[in-house]
Amino acid sequence: MTVFCLVELDGGAVADASLRALTLARGLAAGAVLAAVVFGEPPAPGDQAVAELAGYGVTDVFTVSGIDGYAPQAWARSLAGLLGPGERPGPPGGHAVLAPGTDRGNEVLAHLGAITGLPMAANCTAAVDNGGPLEITRQRWAGLLLEEAVLDAPVALLTVATDAVAAVPVATGTAAGEPTAIARHEVPASVADGDLAVRAVETPAGAGGASLATARVVVGGGRGVGSAEAFAPLEELAELLGGVVGVSRVVTSEGWRPHTQQVGQTGTKITPELYLACGISGAIQHIAGCSGAKNIIAINTDPAAPMMTRADYAVVGNLHEVIPALVEALRARPGARSG
Amino acid sequence: MDILVCVKRVPTVGGAITLSADRRSVDTRMSGFTISPHEECAVEEAVRLVERLGGSVTVVTLGAAVAEEQLRSCLALGASAAVLLETAPDVEAGPRATAAALFAVADAGRFDLVLLGNEASDTGDYQVGIRLAHLLGRPVATGIKSLSVADDAVVASRTYRGALETFSLPLPCVVTVKEGINLPRYPSLPGRLRAKRAAITRVPVSPEADGLRMTTLRVPDAPKRQATVLGQGASAVPALVSVLNELGVLS
Repeated sequence: MTVFCLVELDGGAVADASLRALTLARGLAAGAVLAAVVFGEPPAPGDQAVAELAGYGVTDVFTVSGIDGYAPQAWARSLAGLLGPGERPGPPGGHAVLAPGTDRGNEVLAHLGAITGLPMAANCTAAVDNGGPLEITRQRWAGLLLEEAVLDAPVALLTVATDAVAAVPVATGTAAGEPTAIARHEVPASVADGDLAVRAVETPAGAGGASLATARVVVGGGRGVGSAEAFAPLEELAELLGGVVGVSRVVTSEGWRPHTQQVGQTGTKITPELYLACGISGAIQHIAGCSGAKNIIAINTDPAAPMMTRADYAVVGNLHEVIPALVEALRARPGARSG
Repeated sequence: MDILVCVKRVPTVGGAITLSADRRSVDTRMSGFTISPHEECAVEEAVRLVERLGGSVTVVTLGAAVAEEQLRSCLALGASAAVLLETAPDVEAGPRATAAALFAVADAGRFDLVLLGNEASDTGDYQVGIRLAHLLGRPVATGIKSLSVADDAVVASRTYRGALETFSLPLPCVVTVKEGINLPRYPSLPGRLRAKRAAITRVPVSPEADGLRMTTLRVPDAPKRQATVLGQGASAVPALVSVLNELGVLS
């Protein structure tokens, strides 16, 4: 089986969601070809991203050039081109194409599914090849439910949940962990009529700063914050911790904060080292967005709130007292950021 | 402009999701039903566009007879027509079959714009809008949180990894939207009365099986977290600081 995995770069490095997808893809490849597909310029020798891919067991890198920027349908057409000309290539065991379960990954694989007529399974957390149809586990309800399913198709199309599969490099010191020469392939884009009609023009959004989806620290605010103005201490704390502010759904429906900051099923799924949830009760739609956090600290007046019982650490109290005191304590530390 | 909005009946989930005895569906004996939040915003966006530009909003759903309830809710919000692609009860149509069924309505109606939610909140397949666009041979943009229509084109944008991505699409086209694009209105009383009486077009549909077949559902194991209580109020701050230090988030 040849397993292709769409890889997105973030700066010069491989994006976290792509590393997670590669981890699942590697299990499926089981020692056969694991091919990363990157759109853009071919990487230079000694490129950081290529070394990172090698560390995740990638054997081949396909660089697709000739598409200016992000054009989902053209990306999908080019992936279809890699699967071989004309009818299904059909090696024993078939092929698989994976992508991270990001906006782009889900979008490109859905286009690939539509182009090839193949089924596509979004946001998988596991995939097992027992020789027959793939046995997969995927998220429903943004991860509040898991679906066990079989994917019966000559080429499996899967995206990988961004918050449920850990990114694990190949263990070093083993035979598989020895650095191997990655085979590089440069392929021109295959583009059909109309594929380039929809193309993203990128502009920096707002004041910049770390993105919620990839932030290392998220300071969350819920109904308990009480007003738009009362978010100032949370902003200050987020800045001191090098993080960003995230909010629950009630906060955006009240208009206190923009929807871009919403954490949850219909907002952003986060995977920080630390989620500090302040005045958030923890409705399941919110839990769906933050269950990928490594550590959760909850501050709430109600010790029985679901967020408090799901947290690693809890402070029972009013966030309007705790947060300013915490900010003050952090500022008083030697070498604290002046922020 | 004439707009088609595709919606799906899903259970309203409250405190927890529980499963039916056969573990193949969500236990809905105690729950109400709604459409996904993204779709509520799609309906609202369509109604606003037609209020500004004139035209019509048709809402369509694929589902059992009971999905009429969701169509009437959309009519109460300002949709002008409704189509129920009616399946047998308890049939779960896969994304390919859903797109194929929607295509029949979308193609016959010559709509300028087809709006969907980015993904249904229950199955989360992330592909029906794109498959529908390919069947129609029309351009598509997904995950959209800002939409404007001028002349014969749509400008649609979303944020991706901290950057704003803007797509320009010629009409007719397909757009899938996300919550946050607008704040949906509540239905008015006259709207509700109108919706009660409105005729709904019914078309029987037998969806084909998908290559992706669910066997069972399960609730993921909650991480065994036993919260360590650091203290009460501001007196917990020293303990809080040392935890932040241990977690390595203090620079």
